[in-house]
Amino acid sequence: MTTVTAPRTTAQGAQPRSHVVADAVTMLRRNLLHMIRYPGLSVFTIVGPVVILLMFVFVFGGTLGAGLPGVDPTAGRAAYLAYVIPGILAITIAGTAGGTATTVSMDMTEGITARFRTMAISRAAVLAGHVLGNTIQALIAVALVLGVGVLIGFRPTATPMDWLGAAGLLTLLAFAITWLAVGMGMQAKSVETASNLPLLLVLLPFLGSGFVPTESMPAGLEWFAEYQPFTPVVETLRGLLLGTPIGWSAVLAVGWCVAITVIGYVWSMVIYERKSVR
Amino acid sequence: MTAPAIEIRGLRKAYCSQTVLDDVDLTVPTGTVTALLGPNGAGKTTIVHILSTLVRPDAGTLTVAGCDVRRDANGVRAAIGLTGQFSAVDGLLTGEENLLLMARLRHLGDRRGKARVAELLDQFDLVDAARKPLVTYSGGMKRRLDLAMTLVSTPSVIFLDEPTTGLDPRSRRTMWDIVRGLVAEGTTVLLTTQHLDEADQLADRIAVLDRGRIVADGTPEELKRLVPGGHIRLRFTDAAALDTAARLLDGSARDGSARDDAALTLTVPSAGGVGALRDVLGRLASADLEVDDLSIHTPDLDDVFFALTGAQTSSVRADSKGHEQ
Repeated sequence: MTTVTAPRTTAQGAQPRSHVVADAVTMLRRNLLHMIRYPGLSVFTIVGPVVILLMFVFVFGGTLGAGLPGVDPTAGRAAYLAYVIPGILAITIAGTAGGTATTVSMDMTEGITARFRTMAISRAAVLAGHVLGNTIQALIAVALVLGVGVLIGFRPTATPMDWLGAAGLLTLLAFAITWLAVGMGMQAKSVETASNLPLLLVLLPFLGSGFVPTESMPAGLEWFAEYQPFTPVVETLRGLLLGTPIGWSAVLAVGWCVAITVIGYVWSMVIYERKSVR
Repeated sequence: MTAPAIEIRGLRKAYCSQTVLDDVDLTVPTGTVTALLGPNGAGKTTIVHILSTLVRPDAGTLTVAGCDVRRDANGVRAAIGLTGQFSAVDGLLTGEENLLLMARLRHLGDRRGKARVAELLDQFDLVDAARKPLVTYSGGMKRRLDLAMTLVSTPSVIFLDEPTTGLDPRSRRTMWDIVRGLVAEGTTVLLTTQHLDEADQLADRIAVLDRGRIVADGTPEELKRLVPGGHIRLRFTDAAALDTAARLLDGSARDGSARDDAALTLTVPSAGGVGALRDVLGRLASADLEVDDLSIHTPDLDDVFFALTGAQTSSVRADSKGHEQ
């Protein structure tokens, strides 16, 4: 054996708390490397929403747009493009949850995770690596989908401050959804079932104000659509990008995001702890 | 005398109502190799998982590198390295990236981390494959990488859970050499194995585990003294030859000779030396008996178990190449 340069670690050399951030960054690098090396999942999170966007605008858009309140029936498609973009952005973020849950679930079954558990790495750092990586991925997907929207004629009226607000809200939503998705991926018994629960998240924006005004729905559904988390987010985004009234939506949107983040975080940590030490 | 690297007193563990470990005591002195020998399901992996903080014990006091396993898990984690039966490597990264990941998580610093990784790649003969994805690695290469990852920070106590299971004989020898190298540097090693010869080759002490209990604990020599020697198995072409041979060899074999009339075989105890074998064959030749087939059987885990527990471990023979869960 050749000489060893690393010092022999002892109990006295146990890692202090300050390493949590450094470890989270290391884990983030690992996850970003996975995405670059195996872009299949990432590509799907962008292609999916773009297909939905194109379908809703060019197939249904003419008719749906004509039905929007106060829209000239001949300008239906353009009006609907503007109307649907916030909902599509919400779907883009919701859609990344499936990929997150799958990668987390795969990671839990991999031997490398058992190795992490025998090392003095904070549990939060391991999970934060996933969350940060997938939040970045979600934001890239959002930017690209928005780019496609602009290409086919979406013209937002937002000021730089509005843009900043929209970016902030989208980041917050991506962060919250990712924490929830980490919990979903971790509770899954197998990789095959990991993406089942996140599928419901993709359906949720459809049952809100993302695609049609909630007033057009039957009473029970309208009530649900009014109060579910995606509706205030979509309404706030619409207000920021197109200048429609926002009202209380912004506060509700931020509140929902924070609540989902906390729930996802606590849920994930509890399962990680339980699965780590039996 | 320094404190032992690993000390286990009264360890118990049960899953539901199934007792997995029952009052296990074990001491591993610093800088030595101890082998946990036992069949599938004996509890070897559970002991390793408890010591490496993956599994919580039900009862008992356990210290590793001076840290209490239950109260100071992070202290234990900073001092140990674990290489399990299944590759604990990131399959989506290259070998070098895997090692760099470990160097970062052990906070070696950029320059020292890179130097250490280069050193390990060289030492474990992985330089050519360093930048290739892991899917192109053979089983032996993956196992070497796995161990190299464990050694990035030079842990003072290393657990090797069946380090050579599933490896070809050459990779197995390489692994043995690596373990000997570690010990020469002063590392304490606790390894689990199903093979007596592996324990014999590497370990200073062997603890035999059977159904969650330590049934023997001693040096390889002490343990082998408990095991009767090997035997020679002879097959003859007809019953008459078997009869004659049985009569002829009965004198030399004081006890333990066994004949199987249906298979036309005779089992003769033998210490395994060439002299004993020549003696047996000489007697048969002088009586003009033709031996159809001959096999030499050296003591193995089965014999150790038979000697220690009086029971044949049925799982060993049927499943000696399988993995323990």
